[in-house]
Amino acid sequence: MKKRIMLGNEAFARGAYEAGVKVVSSYPGTPSTEVTETAAKYDEMHVEWAPNEKCGVEVAIGASVGGVRSLSCMKHVGLNVAADPFFTAAYNGVTAGAVILVADDNGCHSSQNEQDSRYYGKSAGVPVLEPADAQECKEFIKKAYEISEEYDTLVLLRSNTRISHSRGIVTLEDRVEKARIPYEKNIQKYVSMPAMARKLHIAQENRMNQIAEDCNHMDLNRVEMGDTSIGIITSGICYQYVKEAMPEVSILKMGMINPLPKEMIRKFAAQVDKLYVIEEGDPFFEEQIRAMGVELAGGKDMFTIQGEYSANMIRAAFGRPVAESAVINDAPNRPPLLCAGCPHRGLFHVLDKLKKTVLGDIGCYTLAALPPTSAMDTTLCMGASITMAHGFEKAVGDSKDVVAVLGDSTFFHSGITGLINMNYNGSKGTVIILDNRITGMTGHQDNPASGRNAKGEEAPAIDIATLCRAIGVKNIVEVDPFDLEATEKAVKEETAREELSVIITKRPCALIVKQPDIPHLVTDACKNCKQCMKIGCPAIEEKDGRPFVAAERCVGCGLCATICPFDAIAAADGKEAR
Amino acid sequence: MNKVNILIVGVGGQGTLLASVLLGNLALMKDYDVKLSEVHGMSQRGGSVVTHVKISEDGVNSPLIELGDADVIIAFEELEAYRWLPYLKKGGTMYVNTQQILPMPVILKQAEYPQEIQQTLQAQAGQVKAFDALQIAEECGSVKAVNVVLLGAASNDLPFREEEWIQVIEENVKPKFIDLNKKAFALGRQV
Repeated sequence: MKKRIMLGNEAFARGAYEAGVKVVSSYPGTPSTEVTETAAKYDEMHVEWAPNEKCGVEVAIGASVGGVRSLSCMKHVGLNVAADPFFTAAYNGVTAGAVILVADDNGCHSSQNEQDSRYYGKSAGVPVLEPADAQECKEFIKKAYEISEEYDTLVLLRSNTRISHSRGIVTLEDRVEKARIPYEKNIQKYVSMPAMARKLHIAQENRMNQIAEDCNHMDLNRVEMGDTSIGIITSGICYQYVKEAMPEVSILKMGMINPLPKEMIRKFAAQVDKLYVIEEGDPFFEEQIRAMGVELAGGKDMFTIQGEYSANMIRAAFGRPVAESAVINDAPNRPPLLCAGCPHRGLFHVLDKLKKTVLGDIGCYTLAALPPTSAMDTTLCMGASITMAHGFEKAVGDSKDVVAVLGDSTFFHSGITGLINMNYNGSKGTVIILDNRITGMTGHQDNPASGRNAKGEEAPAIDIATLCRAIGVKNIVEVDPFDLEATEKAVKEETAREELSVIITKRPCALIVKQPDIPHLVTDACKNCKQCMKIGCPAIEEKDGRPFVAAERCVGCGLCATICPFDAIAAADGKEAR
Repeated sequence: MNKVNILIVGVGGQGTLLASVLLGNLALMKDYDVKLSEVHGMSQRGGSVVTHVKISEDGVNSPLIELGDADVIIAFEELEAYRWLPYLKKGGTMYVNTQQILPMPVILKQAEYPQEIQQTLQAQAGQVKAFDALQIAEECGSVKAVNVVLLGAASNDLPFREEEWIQVIEENVKPKFIDLNKKAFALGRQV
């Protein structure tokens, strides 16, 4: 059998492929993105980027009703967006297997919170599986389809950053094609009206009770008996940390984490002297196990609900030695930055200069909140820039000093409804849409305006200006954000206007189009005013007290040359960048 | 070899991910167990990035290297070498590209770039091999080859033969960059 090194996320995609999945619909979100990106490489599956997670889940449910195995993937906060179809589809069950993959972000590596998605499974009443390495990512997603079809239920597959973004060795197997299950109309099952829903809720309770009993005998859950003085109940990545820190202890490793295998837990508890629960995030297992009346020697009283765990954290909690190590506590932070050549930099330079209050959003441009640009006041969730700007305007009674800023993909995700709301409810505000032709922060996925689909094929591209006009916005201005004069003029005029406006900044992401790549340099004309250092370009440093362009990082975009009041920055070849 | 832990650290955009892909495939070729853990999302945005590579003949559990448990650290930048030094095992080896990339807090004078990085590394590490990998990469034809230059240097300490390295480069690098990377590897190995 073939073996490959695979990212956890690639292994999920491989598992979906082997399981005969036919339809995948997702919205990108770190750390889940590569599942769908990898799935798109298999010709046997229809794989698409949906405009948001709610669309993705509904497409997957539609495909299941239509008789083929389907998948929708998202990051933890994406499941909030998709919660509406998720909770009701949990009643309906499936025709062909349907799996929702959610990747949490313990440690907030690239997210706005550390929400624990395990609760979603319990709250909605669906089984939840959680793998512990790349091989299990592949095995568990295949298992998830079997469970989905055997019990007629949606299945939630839970990952997190460390599982999704770790590579390991995965054994490949062949794809097994599944014949489409012929569609049969069944309004009792699929029309969620109150009379049906009450019955469906009973069916759901019954099947979850059945799974709660059966999971005590599933090989997803296993006991590894060792030294019986310590017993650990754990799952996912924490299992690996426990194995590394205390290889000799007894472990109950759960692969199905909702419902819990209560009979196994009681039996395991009786076999060990002291029982502990080790789980990242909230005390999801612990509270349920304590509620069973099982006595625990430790749980969240020993471990935090914050961030990621490690083998050393477990060693320390159990009083075991950790390796000696050097102590470094004066290394300056290195926060991420907008890239050299990033089109957003021009706009945020202008917003900073005009001292606007910026209601921001989720994307690369959130980085503009950091110094030196410091041109963002709020970031909440996808699309909230527009709606919060509207609320802010209603609070202060004026919108002249306020703008909403969001990216093209975020606008399609959940900004459009906010703009409809502004237009409908009498806003005079200004919304700035950063059209860089791609979904940037998650690693350059296509979107409804990019002209390509997830498979890389040509696709119709939405014209954002036309869309805004259709909503009813009368004032729409398109500018190149590197044309600072035009950008400044647009922001000044549109914020002053007593009507709703949309400014669309149009310039592609610096990482998807070839940059001039002619490094710039600071000439003798430099008066050391350091204006160029206020744009936060990673290529501009200070050397011997003066600005200096690091040639190997400069992409030759020329924004610094435009900003310099003394014409003291020039392309190394003497030509203008644009 | 029973096991070897390698930490690859640098600044987002320097190509640390290719280095980990090559190491992972080498381990696979030799039928060792291997786990790698990476930073995505921020990887192209100039932040501090780290890849953990754990290779073992007897199986790897946690994909993360703990403090004081890296046999080798490959650092693409001096401050990152300094930041991640606590992960180096007592007596471990540090390969350092002597390039300095100032982080924004330093450029803004909110923080200072540590002055005596090399002295600290020398005092704490078993062995430090510091050299200008950027210059060697430029000689090979691309600054982007810094990653393979550094791997070439570290290859002397890692349990793989030269021809195995060459094979894994040929299998995992885009065809038009193979020669460039083979040259970068060879020059790095001579450092």
